[in-house]
Amino acid sequence: MTGTATAPLVEAAIIGGGPAGLCAALELARAGIRCLVVDRQHVLGGQLIKQTHRFFGSRSERAGQRGFEIGKQLAAELLQHDGVTVWLEGTAVGYYAEDRTLLVERDGALCRVHVEALILATGAAERALAFAGNDLPGVYGAGAVQTLMNVYGVRPGERAVMIGAGNIGLIVAYQLIQAGVEVAAVLEAAPAVGGYWVHAAKLARAGVPIMTSHSIVAALGTDQVTGVRATKLDAKWQPVQGSQFEVPCDLVCLAVGLSPLTELATLAGCQLAYVPELGGYVPWHDEEMQTTVPGVFVAGDAAGVEEASSAMIEGTLAGLAVVNYLRPHSQYAASRKRAAAQLAALRAGPTAERIRAGLLKLSDHRPRLAGTGGEGK
Amino acid sequence: MTRCSEQLGRAGTPEAADLARILPDDERLRRGPVAIIECFQEIPCDPCADACRRGAILAFDKITDLPRVDPEHCNGCALCVVRCPGLAIFVVDVSGDGDMGTVKLPYEYLPLPRPGDDVAALDRLGQEVCRGKIVAVQRPAAFDRTALVTVEVPREQALIVRGIRAGQGRRSDG
Amino acid sequence: MRIHDHPILEFRRGPEIEFTFEGQVLKGYEGEPIAAALHAAGVRVLRTTPSGRARGLFCAIGNCSSCYVVVDGVPNVRSCTEPLRAGMAVSRQHGLGELR
Repeated sequence: MTGTATAPLVEAAIIGGGPAGLCAALELARAGIRCLVVDRQHVLGGQLIKQTHRFFGSRSERAGQRGFEIGKQLAAELLQHDGVTVWLEGTAVGYYAEDRTLLVERDGALCRVHVEALILATGAAERALAFAGNDLPGVYGAGAVQTLMNVYGVRPGERAVMIGAGNIGLIVAYQLIQAGVEVAAVLEAAPAVGGYWVHAAKLARAGVPIMTSHSIVAALGTDQVTGVRATKLDAKWQPVQGSQFEVPCDLVCLAVGLSPLTELATLAGCQLAYVPELGGYVPWHDEEMQTTVPGVFVAGDAAGVEEASSAMIEGTLAGLAVVNYLRPHSQYAASRKRAAAQLAALRAGPTAERIRAGLLKLSDHRPRLAGTGGEGK
Repeated sequence: MTRCSEQLGRAGTPEAADLARILPDDERLRRGPVAIIECFQEIPCDPCADACRRGAILAFDKITDLPRVDPEHCNGCALCVVRCPGLAIFVVDVSGDGDMGTVKLPYEYLPLPRPGDDVAALDRLGQEVCRGKIVAVQRPAAFDRTALVTVEVPREQALIVRGIRAGQGRRSDG
Repeated sequence: MRIHDHPILEFRRGPEIEFTFEGQVLKGYEGEPIAAALHAAGVRVLRTTPSGRARGLFCAIGNCSSCYVVVDGVPNVRSCTEPLRAGMAVSRQHGLGELR
């Protein structure tokens, strides 16, 4: 069943109302271009709605403000503009590049929307980890723990073990303490934490052991988590014989990385590139965030897993590019350059080495022109 | 990045050698309260420089620069303490005549301590090193939900104490 | 397991309503995900797989299908995204859902 009667007349659609999608939509709205924002959730903001901590970056990325406030502000700014339609609890289920038709499922009905340009800002999904008992109730992704605690005010357990000491693991461990959950340990398989030192230092001050070169062997329990069996790892990341120990807990929180959500890009016919440093398969995109399908752009974690501040600027870049795509104008080059410089500044430090390596690889994967088939290299 | 200790590079907590690079000298410490920014990693972050109204945190060249305090301009007002996204800034005051000093630290847990409370004073690894007395707890709306806690400790612990444990535990309800 | 006081957040909840889980009357807030209300009531086991293993939440955002329950006779309901309504009859799903 398709309905076109309710489809708004828009020139562009943005799939995903998180930091990247909101910033992209803002550029379009400011340029007076009618656009549609589609998001699966019941509110705008994406992952921002769960972030209780203050953001890093600089003033233009709203540094120092708490994530959920940033989400609210971006949404409020967007909604001040006429010509913006927001569809919440809507799922974009397809895009047909040949006639530029977007398909959205909403309220049990399918809606066809014709668009001249599409921005995919669909974010990334949490990875699972293979270990015995990893399907037990009480083994939750870090995002799930945040959703329970910070969106619905439900304590996800009494005593947690966090797996992963990247920024997400360290931040969520702190938020667990704030929610009244004891964090028994953070286990990190690598010899050093992957997240910012200041996040780890906060946890250490709260007495949380951060156990590097340790990993989980099993989640214990029959129908719920009752504990974790862990092991030390040697310099070759192999379990050290006889080093296993158990930690009683009722919550195992996995923060072991994200993978870009690329289904819609694949459906649209975008070529993907496999770049581990960016989180796995990402839609190939140029510096203006355009994919291999004309008129289809990508921004945020869907373009490569990074940070919210970079997602915001990538959204801005994609938005600026679409404005120029639909209405070529002379100020584009200067605006683009400014945003690109901001993004480069964020990515200049030692902690962004991985991202820079990933982006370099991405440019190496530049696809051949259509008609010759296959990827670049 | 500058050479850092094993503990800092592995798990984010500075050791004495890392701290020595950023601590103001004894003479300045004895003169009055001063901010100590325990931020050692070149991450893209600069709100501290904006937070200071006295220009005591030097302006950043690049967003990834390490923050630097100008101890001559710092008066220990602690505005930066509640703005730092990493909760990495502390104001230390060992300028008094007696045996005691104070540490102002950011606090985002419940229950909030109250002035007069006797608390466990913790080092950077969460170990109790002494008892502390809460002198002040400030949490105005302008601090955006970060409380500024002033805890009195023996002066020789003022460069060590970086946390407190208030009440029986961290639980806020049943 | 509800959080009432939080150092950063204030929770705005809908009206408190009643629903049943496995025939037992429970309370929750209208509009919150079913799984949140169940979790708050101490229920973390949401279904069993065809091989008999207990499952609960995992992603809590509608991606993974770990949290299926039966609602008013309808199986394969993602309890992490489905909003709670008064009078819902929720039960654990055992094995694959029976479609009508």
